[in-house]
Amino acid sequence: MSSRLEPDTRVAARYTAAEMMTIAAARALPDRGTCLVGIGLPGTAALLARRVHAPELVLVYESGAIGAKPGYLPLSIGDGILAETADTVVGLVEIFNYWVQPGRIDVGFLGAGQVDRYANINTTIIGSSYAQPRVRLPGAGGAPEIAASCGEVIVVARQTRERFVERLDFVTSVGHGSGRETRRQLGLRGRGPTAVITDLGVLEPDASTGELVLTHAHPGIAVGEVQAATGWELRVAAALERTLPPTEEEVRVLRELEAARPGGGAR
Amino acid sequence: MRFPNIPRMTRRPVEIAPLAEAVAALVRTGDTIALEGFTHLIPFAAGHEIIRSGRRDLTLVRMTPDIVYDQMIGMGCCRRLVFSWGGNPGVGSLHRLRDAVEHGWPNPIELEEHSHAGMANRYAAGASGLPFAVLRGYAGGDLAAHTTSIREIECPFTGEVLSAVSALELDVAVIHAQQADTVGNVQLWGFVGIQKEAVLSARRVLVTVEEVVGTIEPRPGAVVLPSWTIDYVSVVPNGAHPSYSDGYTQRDNDFYVAWDAISRDRDAFRSWMEDNVLSA
Repeated sequence: MSSRLEPDTRVAARYTAAEMMTIAAARALPDRGTCLVGIGLPGTAALLARRVHAPELVLVYESGAIGAKPGYLPLSIGDGILAETADTVVGLVEIFNYWVQPGRIDVGFLGAGQVDRYANINTTIIGSSYAQPRVRLPGAGGAPEIAASCGEVIVVARQTRERFVERLDFVTSVGHGSGRETRRQLGLRGRGPTAVITDLGVLEPDASTGELVLTHAHPGIAVGEVQAATGWELRVAAALERTLPPTEEEVRVLRELEAARPGGGAR
Repeated sequence: MRFPNIPRMTRRPVEIAPLAEAVAALVRTGDTIALEGFTHLIPFAAGHEIIRSGRRDLTLVRMTPDIVYDQMIGMGCCRRLVFSWGGNPGVGSLHRLRDAVEHGWPNPIELEEHSHAGMANRYAAGASGLPFAVLRGYAGGDLAAHTTSIREIECPFTGEVLSAVSALELDVAVIHAQQADTVGNVQLWGFVGIQKEAVLSARRVLVTVEEVVGTIEPRPGAVVLPSWTIDYVSVVPNGAHPSYSDGYTQRDNDFYVAWDAISRDRDAFRSWMEDNVLSA
């Protein structure tokens, strides 16, 4: 991968809001850490991170692949490329009981159907009735225990008022519950969400209250725009920063990944 | 007290038989059955045979119901779904599942819903012949309020409050594997998912395989199921399609993407099933 030897750090001339989100999410991943890659957007960002700045990042998938090094973006977390390139492949009892539950994974990387101000996540239903939902979402998958037990959690989701809501229709995975004390009271061992990365900016939990605060606005995005896309009164950090715009390299690698995705580029 | 699940201990030889015969012998209307496979080795051909066999009123168990359960639900086979993630991986919704839950078409279905960790542990309890398993999970979320199969339990040693999940009891487990030998021992490799636990949680077991080989050569990381844990083996090459069998076939990603449009519309779905499953 010559891209790693000669990074092109010029600011990209053109990029979309969705690309900015994926790139910001990739940057949040540490080199050399272990990352449990959730379904959807996190998969793209994790692979981008490995290609651009975090070649030693260990990718773990709930399908049982530990240390997968896929050369392209798989359509699903059970694609053969993940098993073929993994350091080891384990069964589903083992991945959750031996690897996720004891806190062996540094970062849990999750998507979300709905997010609230304490970074709690809903991926179960939209609507007021569980039995008769307006929209039935796929459900929990591995997310509740990933959110509970990984060292920290990074959430990546497009930001709209429909998604960033005052009150979740269903609490599938616990972030900071109803405030900073919740995780300790519930016996959740990981630190919980440390960042929610969207197409508009980055939200981080306040150190004392656990409430999400806008800490970074992406280039060209006004604070009012982010607040308008949030279903609660979003607080803004005193020292609000601008996200660094994508580099030419980040955009090029991301587009290469998307173009080579099997299944005709489903998203 | 009764064990939640009495492991099968038949010592009679495995029947190596055509799929239709195996399904007719093992699956009954009203059964609780699991067709397991986590993206890989999904027993699609067996699911289609169950649809053709007319078995109904099934409790369908699976961690990741995907297209084959969407098809079984849309064809009216399912009364109750026990699961932890129901979507089309990388593509989106399962539209037949959604239609059943949101609109009761073709019939309303009950849901019993867990996280993956909870389901995996319920299978492990079933395979172990225990009434429940323990995990650190569910705390603070809403899932536990919607099922009787999750309860709080206090650790007798430390006092920590943990979650207990009840064992899964299956009438039938159905899996797809790469190989059986001539006496019915089975080997599967790649992503092995929860298949071993599903087989050992079930009273009756059907395995479809890519091929029968003279002697099984052990593979690293493989699961080998001795013949006496299995009732029927059916040889069905490409029997996981559009899923795949590591070493034999490739995942048909284009089909997973195409299923989104086929399954959105009730008539398009019915007509696809008529052409590709019922008259196949």
